[in-house]
Amino acid sequence: MSTTASGTVLALSESDTQTLTTALFLVVVAITIGITIWASRSTSGAADYYAAGRNITGVQNGLAISGDYMSAASFLGISGAIALYGYDGFLYSIGFLVAWLIALLLVAELLRNSGRYTMADQLAYRMRQTPVRTAAATSTVMVSIFYLLAQMVGAGTLVALLLGVTSEAITNLTIVGVGALMIIYVVFGGMKGTTWVQIVKAVLLMTGTVLISVLVLAQFNFNLSELLGTAATESGNGEAFLNPGLQYGISTTSKIDFMSLALALVLGTAGLPHILIRFYTVPTSRVARTSVMWAIGLIGSFYLMTLVLGFGAAALVKGDGKTEIADSGGNLASPLLAEAVGGGRGSTGGAILLALISAVAFATILAVVAGLTLTSASSVAHDIYGSVFRKGEATGDEEVKVARIAAMVIGAIAIALAIPSKGLNIAFLVALAFAVAASANLPSLLYNLFWRRFNTRGAVWAIYGGLISCVGLVIFSPVVSGPTTGSALFPDNDWSYFPLSNPGIISIPFGFFMGWLGTVTSRETASEERYPELEVRALTGAGSEKAVQH
Amino acid sequence: MNHVAELPSGAKHDAYMKIHESEEFAVLRRKFRAFVLPATVGFMAWYLLYVLLSNYAGDFMSTKLFGNINVALVFGLLQFVSTFLIAWAYSTYANRELDPISTRINDKFIGEGH
Repeated sequence: MSTTASGTVLALSESDTQTLTTALFLVVVAITIGITIWASRSTSGAADYYAAGRNITGVQNGLAISGDYMSAASFLGISGAIALYGYDGFLYSIGFLVAWLIALLLVAELLRNSGRYTMADQLAYRMRQTPVRTAAATSTVMVSIFYLLAQMVGAGTLVALLLGVTSEAITNLTIVGVGALMIIYVVFGGMKGTTWVQIVKAVLLMTGTVLISVLVLAQFNFNLSELLGTAATESGNGEAFLNPGLQYGISTTSKIDFMSLALALVLGTAGLPHILIRFYTVPTSRVARTSVMWAIGLIGSFYLMTLVLGFGAAALVKGDGKTEIADSGGNLASPLLAEAVGGGRGSTGGAILLALISAVAFATILAVVAGLTLTSASSVAHDIYGSVFRKGEATGDEEVKVARIAAMVIGAIAIALAIPSKGLNIAFLVALAFAVAASANLPSLLYNLFWRRFNTRGAVWAIYGGLISCVGLVIFSPVVSGPTTGSALFPDNDWSYFPLSNPGIISIPFGFFMGWLGTVTSRETASEERYPELEVRALTGAGSEKAVQH
Repeated sequence: MNHVAELPSGAKHDAYMKIHESEEFAVLRRKFRAFVLPATVGFMAWYLLYVLLSNYAGDFMSTKLFGNINVALVFGLLQFVSTFLIAWAYSTYANRELDPISTRINDKFIGEGH
C-alpha cells in the first residue's frame, strides 16, 4: 500500500470517528442536562441542595462515590502510566484502593453521624466556628480547584486530540464548554443532579472498561501471563517492564519520591472534601457503610482492569498509535487500545469503540467536575457565608442562593485558571490535590474524632500548616522550576531547592505535628467538654441528621 | 439554629453525658476500637511493606513465579485481596457486634424525647 493510499484511508476513518465521537459526546451532554432538569424539580431547601435530602440509597451512593472518585486521571492516567512505565504505574491503582480502608474504618460512618453538609461541620462541632470554618473552607476550595484544573486540562487535551484538532482555540473552547456544563449541573441540579450524573457515569465507565478488558484478554486466550509477555516485548523494555523500578528506581531521590507519592495516595482519599460530603447524602451511618462497601468493590474491580488496559495498550497498540500514546504522556492509551481491539485503525469496529471510550472519558470528566464544583460552592455558602458572615442567621434558602452564585464564580475561576495551565501534567495536579488533602484535612479530621484534648488552635494550625507546607514545597520543587523534569512550568529559571516532586512525605507529618503543637500550646475547655458529646454522636448516631421526608 | 453546629440545650448535653458514662457505651467504644485500630495498623504496615519492597528489593520482587507472573504482581494483587477481605470482615463485625449496641443506645436517646 502506498503512503498516499494509506493516508487517505486514515483520513476517511478519522473523520468518521470524529463525527461519531462528536455525536456520542452530544448524547452524554443531553442525558446529563436531562438529569439536571429532572433533579431541579425535586430540589427545595438546603438539605436537598447540599445533601440530596439524605435519601440516596447505599447502592446508589456506592455508584456515585465511584463516579466521583474515578477521575480522568484514573481512567486515562493510570492505564497510560502502565502503558508507558509498566509495573510502576500500578502503584497508583493500589494506593487509590487501599486508601478506602481509612475512609471505611475511620471516617465515613463517624462523619455521617456527626456532620451536616460540609467537612467543616464535623470539625466545627466542638470548636470556635469562625477560625475553624474559614480554615476548612480555604482548604476545601484549594483541594477542589487543583483537582478541577486537572480534569479541565484533561478534557481540553482529550477533545483536541480525539477530534484531531491541534488548534488552541478548540482546546480553550472545550475548557469553557466543560466549565459551563458543570456550572449548569451544580446551579440547577444541586446534589441530587450531581449524584445521578455520577451514577450514570459510573455505569458507563464500568461497562466500557469491562468490554475493553474482555476484548483484550480474549486476544490472549484469557492468559494473563501471555498478555504480560507480549506487553514486555512490545514495550521495548523487555522484562524490566514487568518489574518495579522502571520509572522510580533510578536514584535515591526518585525512590523517596515514590514513597512520598505512595503516602499521599493512601492518606489523601479520606481527606478529599468532595468524597467526604457524599457520606451526608444517605439516611444513616449504616447506609454510609454499605455505600463504601459498594464503592470498594466497584473501584477495586476497576483498578484491577486498569492493569489489563495498561499492559493491553503496551501489547496491542502499534505503529503511529504507540507514538501518539507517548506524545500524550500516556493519556490516550485507553482510547487507542479500544480502537486496536475493535479491529484497528480504519476498521468500523475500531472507529466505534474509539468513539465509545472517548465518550465514556468525557462523561467521566463531567461527573467529577460537577462533584468538585458542588463541594466548593457548598463550603463557601454554608461555612463562609452562613457561619462566618451571617453567624448562623441565614436561612436555608439564602444559603442555597449564595451556593448557586458561588458555583458560577468558582466555575469561572476554574475556567480562567485552566486555560493558562494547559501545559501542566494532569497526574501531577491530581497527586497534588491528594497531597494537600492528606496534609491539611486528614490530621484535623482524625484528631477531632479520636483526641479529646484537640482544640481550635490545633485544628487551624493543622489545616494551614499542612496546606502551606504542601503547596510551598511544590513551588520549590523541580515540577515548577528548573530543567530536571523537562516539563517544569519555568524550565529556564531554577529555584527548585526541594528535590522531590511529591511533597507528602514532609507535609503530611508536618500537618499532624502542627495539629499537635497548636493543641498543646493552648487550652480550650469548651472543646474538651464537648468531646464526649461528639464521641457519642459519632459512634451511635444519637441526634444525627435525619433524611428529609418528601 | 440551623447553621452552626448547635450548642445543645442543657438537657440534651446531659443526655449525651449520661450515655458517655454508661457501661453500654464503653463496651461499644471498646469493640469499635478493638477492630478498627489493629486493622488500620495492619493494612498500613502491609501497604508500606509493599512500597518498601518495590523500592529496595527489586531482585526479590522480580522473581518469576510462573510464566511472566512475578512476585511484584502477586504482591500487588494481594493488596487488592487484603483490602476486599478487611472491608468484608469489618462490615460483618460491625453488623454483628456494633450495630445492636448503637441501635439500643440510639432508641433510648430518641425514647427520652431527644
